Amino acid sequence: MMKCKDATHLMSEALDRPLGRGERMRLQVHLLFCGGCRAFRQQMDFLRLATRRFLERND
Amino acid sequence: MIDSGSADLISGFRPQMLKFARLQLQDEAAADDAVQEAIESALLGIDRFAGRSALKTWIFTILRHKIIDTLRERGRTVQISSFERDEEELDEAFDRLFKDNEHWSPQGRPQAWGDPEEALAQRQFWQVFETCLEVLPARTARVFMMREFLGFETDEICATLVLTTTNCNVILHRARAALRQCLTNGWFGAEGRAS
Repeated sequence: MMKCKDATHLMSEALDRPLGRGERMRLQVHLLFCGGCRAFRQQMDFLRLATRRFLERND
Repeated sequence: MIDSGSADLISGFRPQMLKFARLQLQDEAAADDAVQEAIESALLGIDRFAGRSALKTWIFTILRHKIIDTLRERGRTVQISSFERDEEELDEAFDRLFKDNEHWSPQGRPQAWGDPEEALAQRQFWQVFETCLEVLPARTARVFMMREFLGFETDEICATLVLTTTNCNVILHRARAALRQCLTNGWFGAEGRAS
């Protein structure tokens, strides 16, 4: 089983490069069983969204 | 292209930048240089910024980075400013979320963030977000913003800042993990939630 800490690194890298097939599969299996990492991934996606909005905000 | 609006915005930041740089460097000429260089670097990708806050956050990040470089060149021990957290400190805070086997500890396990979309609509959320960006260590912030503000690919960032790919990935992960933690503490955590 992939360690949660390693999973967080893969989830960060997934925002910067396409993951390899093996990486993607191992991560998916891990996420199936790990609610903490699922929350982490949603929060990574949110960070990217928030950064986009921050740039577009006209204040 | 730099339109006059962006030029006005940037010249508006100049006095504050100079004050900040003089305070840190204790040297007028070096402060002028750092501010000039920061402005020149910041002009890169200026068309990405619609608003003042994001542009200001970016320019001051570059300035902090330049100041630290100048201090390093002087061979002086870099004083970590009070608003700035050391990279190592961030890594330690992240490690504390895990058990020895590198799975989440019960206290460290990420909890879902309620309704994050709703946060984006609130002015106070953006103040927290800006603060979280501002407290990142200068290098961490710069790499993160080159990636997320300017949309550089990781290998372009590595080449520009002379870092290895692994190093770049570690820095981006550090920045994201720190922002996640900062937003959890400052906004999404039950007691930090502004009503």
